[in-house]
Amino acid sequence: MDFATLFVQQLINGVSLGSIYALIALGYTMIYGIIKLINFAHGDIYMVGAYVGFFAITMMRTSVFPALIISMIITGILGILVERFAYKPLRHAPRLSVLITAIGMSFFLEYGMMYFVSPTPRTFPAAFESSGISLGSFVVNGQQLLIFAITIILMALLTYIVQKTKIGKAMRAVSFDTETAQLMGIDANRVISVTFALGSALAAAAGVLVGIYYNSIDPLMGMMPGIKAFVAAVLGGIGSLPGAMTGGIILGVIEALVSGFISSTFRDAAAFAILILVLLFKPSGLFGTDTQEKV
Amino acid sequence: MAMLEINDIHVYYGAIHAIKGISLTVEEGEIVTLIGANGAGKSTTLRTISGLLTPKEGSIKFLGEDIAGKPAQDIVKLGISQVPEGRRIFANMTVMENLELGAYTRTDSDGIESDFQMVFERFPRLLERRDQAAGTLSGGEQQMLAMGRALMSRPKLLLLDEPSMGLAPLLIREIFNIIEDINKSGTTVLLVEQNANMALRTASRAYVLETGRITISGDAKELAASEEIRKAYLGG
Repeated sequence: MDFATLFVQQLINGVSLGSIYALIALGYTMIYGIIKLINFAHGDIYMVGAYVGFFAITMMRTSVFPALIISMIITGILGILVERFAYKPLRHAPRLSVLITAIGMSFFLEYGMMYFVSPTPRTFPAAFESSGISLGSFVVNGQQLLIFAITIILMALLTYIVQKTKIGKAMRAVSFDTETAQLMGIDANRVISVTFALGSALAAAAGVLVGIYYNSIDPLMGMMPGIKAFVAAVLGGIGSLPGAMTGGIILGVIEALVSGFISSTFRDAAAFAILILVLLFKPSGLFGTDTQEKV
Repeated sequence: MAMLEINDIHVYYGAIHAIKGISLTVEEGEIVTLIGANGAGKSTTLRTISGLLTPKEGSIKFLGEDIAGKPAQDIVKLGISQVPEGRRIFANMTVMENLELGAYTRTDSDGIESDFQMVFERFPRLLERRDQAAGTLSGGEQQMLAMGRALMSRPKLLLLDEPSMGLAPLLIREIFNIIEDINKSGTTVLLVEQNANMALRTASRAYVLETGRITISGDAKELAASEEIRKAYLGG
């Protein structure tokens, strides 16, 4: 393969990997926006989503799309429960306590799942057969097409919910100023629950898509993508939805290019180098607003 | 029966005893003002009425129902709306979206639509800027938006916290005219102000708050004339 061919092929691979990061990063950024918490258990929510999809396909014998929807619903409910039982009691506690609780929740989900589904990796059934398309010398395989399509649909849906619906406006209001939102009659607790449900459902979709793409899932699969998606959210500007979307795609593309042109050993290093560079030169991220506020 | 009846409430911020037994009443149709220096507990009182804070002791009755400790969203539904100190508009959202959020508890879309018109008639400048981000409005316009937003819930009782803060004298007069207007069209007003002069001129009755306690109360015109009030709050 010559340079240009490899470049374009890695770009295609990068966008599909980046779509996964973006779907997870959206949850990070939404939850941060609304309760100022870096939910370190979010990567594990994604892992649970992959398992729910796995069991839907293997035990309930559903096809990909019902499995995706079942996984999003069940994982969305899990997100609500995690918030209700682990984070809500700490609503007025120092932020460090909540952060530590999030790390604890992450371990709880990882090792809880190991107990129930065993630590052995499972082979995700090849539930999605599609030949894909070749454009000259490049190949976009069927799984990649599926990832692109689902990601675009979910992002469009989320943007619509946040921008146009009543609950979306309430989410923006609570994330901008919780107390004033309450003075409007908005039940902040309910809005926080909805945010966790939406963020967790998106992560679940990412989990199922990854299962289909890589064919293998295990209880610790959420650790690295969780951290990568966090990097993507910071890169885009934590709290910003377009930021999480672009941050995820950019990170995926950079990782794919580093794997293709340098070595896949440096892939993770590239992601964390980006985190360090962003924190050094533009801590508010690509789409983030500066923290100075007009008084 | 008074519309709002606060009976000996005590409010704490952590260990700080901010409100040390306040009692006050607001009758339907009145404008009542709560004046006092910075830190006297004026905003804390309003925040407690709105349900953002819970009194440790005492009762708050609104139309006969005890609302102390009820969540803020329930209190809005009962008909109390607040324009908070510093306006606190949603700066990253449009003027229209701010007004929509003001109507959050309502489901009567026809009524909401006609109330948008009512707000735009009262504040024509908001109509010109309806699709603009609220953060780009001037201070006076932001105050008007905050008031319009509060009116969108069709409150029976409107709580106003320092509506004159940071505004030019001419605008302050305009805002107070609007407050009188809102009151004339049937909304009861509880007004917190540091600008005691304007507040006493607008209100029918007044309470003076000092470090968490009410020290003086009575007819606004009489208080405005009293030697003690003139010295302490009206600059001689």
